[in-house]
Amino acid sequence: MKNIFLVLKREYLTRVRKKSFIVMTILGPLLIGAFYGFIGWTAMSSISLKKVEVIDESNIFKGKFKNTEELAYSYSSTSLDNAKKDFAKSGYDALVYIPKDIMDDPKGVKIFSEKSLSIELQNGIEKTIENEIETIKLTEAGITPKVLEDAKMNVSSETISLSEEGEKSNSSVAATIIGYICAFLIYITVFIFGVQVMRSVMEEKTSRIVEVIISSIKPFELMMGKIIGVALVGLTQFTLWIVLSLAVTTAATSLFGEKFAGSPQQRLEQVKNMPQAQEIEKQVKKEQNKGVGLYGKAMKAVQTLPWVTILVCFIFYFLGGYLLYSALFGAVGSAVDSETDVQQFMLPITLPIIFAIAIAQFVIREPDGNLAFWTSMIPFTSPIIMMVRIPFGVPAWQIILSMALLTGGFIGTTWLAARIYRVGILMFGKKPTFKEIGKWIFYKG
Amino acid sequence: MNNILEVHNVVKRYSNHTALNDVSINVPKGVIFGLLGPNGAGKTSLIRIINQITGPDEGYILFDGQKLKPEHIKEIGYLPEERGLYKKMKVGEQLLYLAQLKGLSEKQAMEKLKEWFIKFDIKTWWTKNVEDLSKGMQQKIQFVATVLHEPQLIILDEPFSGFDPINANLIKDEILELKKKGTTIIFSTHRMESVEELCDNVALINKSHKVLDGPKKQIKEQFKTHTYSVEYMGDLSGEFQDFDILSTHIVEDNYKKSTIKLKPEIPVNSLVRQLIDKVEIRTFGENIPSMNDIFIAAVNEIPQ
Repeated sequence: MKNIFLVLKREYLTRVRKKSFIVMTILGPLLIGAFYGFIGWTAMSSISLKKVEVIDESNIFKGKFKNTEELAYSYSSTSLDNAKKDFAKSGYDALVYIPKDIMDDPKGVKIFSEKSLSIELQNGIEKTIENEIETIKLTEAGITPKVLEDAKMNVSSETISLSEEGEKSNSSVAATIIGYICAFLIYITVFIFGVQVMRSVMEEKTSRIVEVIISSIKPFELMMGKIIGVALVGLTQFTLWIVLSLAVTTAATSLFGEKFAGSPQQRLEQVKNMPQAQEIEKQVKKEQNKGVGLYGKAMKAVQTLPWVTILVCFIFYFLGGYLLYSALFGAVGSAVDSETDVQQFMLPITLPIIFAIAIAQFVIREPDGNLAFWTSMIPFTSPIIMMVRIPFGVPAWQIILSMALLTGGFIGTTWLAARIYRVGILMFGKKPTFKEIGKWIFYKG
Repeated sequence: MNNILEVHNVVKRYSNHTALNDVSINVPKGVIFGLLGPNGAGKTSLIRIINQITGPDEGYILFDGQKLKPEHIKEIGYLPEERGLYKKMKVGEQLLYLAQLKGLSEKQAMEKLKEWFIKFDIKTWWTKNVEDLSKGMQQKIQFVATVLHEPQLIILDEPFSGFDPINANLIKDEILELKKKGTTIIFSTHRMESVEELCDNVALINKSHKVLDGPKKQIKEQFKTHTYSVEYMGDLSGEFQDFDILSTHIVEDNYKKSTIKLKPEIPVNSLVRQLIDKVEIRTFGENIPSMNDIFIAAVNEIPQ
């Protein structure tokens, strides 16, 4: 145990002190922060309040246009010609003209603006007018808005999963995203850190220090120390990334968020000077409340995911999957002399991981199907597939069985890898065949 | 004299050949022991078994009278033929690490390292990366790593390969000093001149068999051909009762040199007496086989 610790310490410290590790650790969150900032910036620059003047000669649409974050309507009673004349000075971005005979000639609506208008705005105005005319015509036909309201049913579904803890509403979209992110993270990290173990073994072999070391400690201790050391490097990097990302995103949020929060107020100030300011103010507030409601709903859906289970399982399956594969990567490293020989031996190891990430998308569609069940039991695919399934809720017995099988799996591969490793690291010169490697497993002591 | 290491009937088989076939060797305490043999004879296999890197298929090994077990690793220092260091690691850290793997505490290792760094005058190397050192410098570091934990037995596989004569002498002196302190040294080499110079005992392995072993003097005695070289002026030809003349050639001017084989049971003095009567002797000496001769003779002999 003491020897494993010594090896582990060296492997850990030499990696953590490397420049590339420090660069990656800092760069990772910065990239995330920069990405976040970029989104914030584009979102902010695209949102600018547009003021629209409405000249409604028909007097039907007063107050019918709804103010949004981007649009503020105001109604004026001047003639179209006057408004057009004053348009440049008025500060409005667009001018909507609705003729008197709109009910008979719906094509008479005109929108004026200096710059070309977005299709969205145009559609929005047309839609509002259409709806209003529709309502009026329906009313004329004897159908009141009340009847219409009753006839309309807003269907929005919620998926409810039944678990022992009772009914929980969750959103399958959130589960899909979280599941896929976790699975993908495991896929990437098993690869990255597995290859690190392999390279480290090869370095010891090609620099010929390995014989000195295994005359002091057992090959198994060297291999295990290395594998655990690299795993800890991985966990350290994860932790630092999470901490730094949180710090960076918090900083970014407080920077951009303030502007976001400030902007509705500014808008209100702007529109207050216009007629019907009260009306607009109310409506803006309403919109905001609605936004909060949606956001809250999304948050609620995310919160109802089994977070503790997801976190515990993520750590377990990351470690399990990593241990399973890195032992095999280590064995490959021990068997070869040079980088060029690696490919042939990597293939049988990488196939199951790639297979797992490939079928993950089918599993997401049917997280309780047969394919999902079996691939989440087989240790070679379970770290990835089980993580896809867990946010959807998996029966406890399946998780326990899968974990037990994975534990057995990595003990098995570690044993196998150790048998290959102890022979491989002392074999120089000739590229072994699979048959020879098979024989190494059965060599005595 | 008791033995630090006893190898008893060790057999080691690989899938398509036998590396060691019933090899038994005794290494007495406090000697420099030469493990000789041509390439591929099985030396490295035997060394790896002693270092517990691999295990024997048959037979057993006693270390200081006890069956070889993992605790003995601390008592052995090993410098392999194919040796290296972590290239990107600092010299000091690397040596500390290797010493701790041999069971020293960090503090102990530090103290001993200081002594060696002063002794070899390499204090400035401590913070250097190994890849910045020359090959000879790296070998000094490797040697320090081998002996740092003060083991009872040191196994050196081709220790002088790659050393320049100055550093080779430095290492040679260290080996002799270690011997003085009572350390046993096994060293495996093809270089017969260093065997001649350093070894007290030798064992020769050829084609997975032990061909011969014992104290160097005794082996030389065993390989003595009972031949003598004599340089003389005059004529020495014809048939003699007590000895045969194997060859004669002219050395310079009037001097000739003959190789004479004395018949069994005849004392040397009687040969000299007979020679004095016939010729004027300039030099006379016994032909003692060099380790090189013995090595070649033993290797060419087909083992039973």
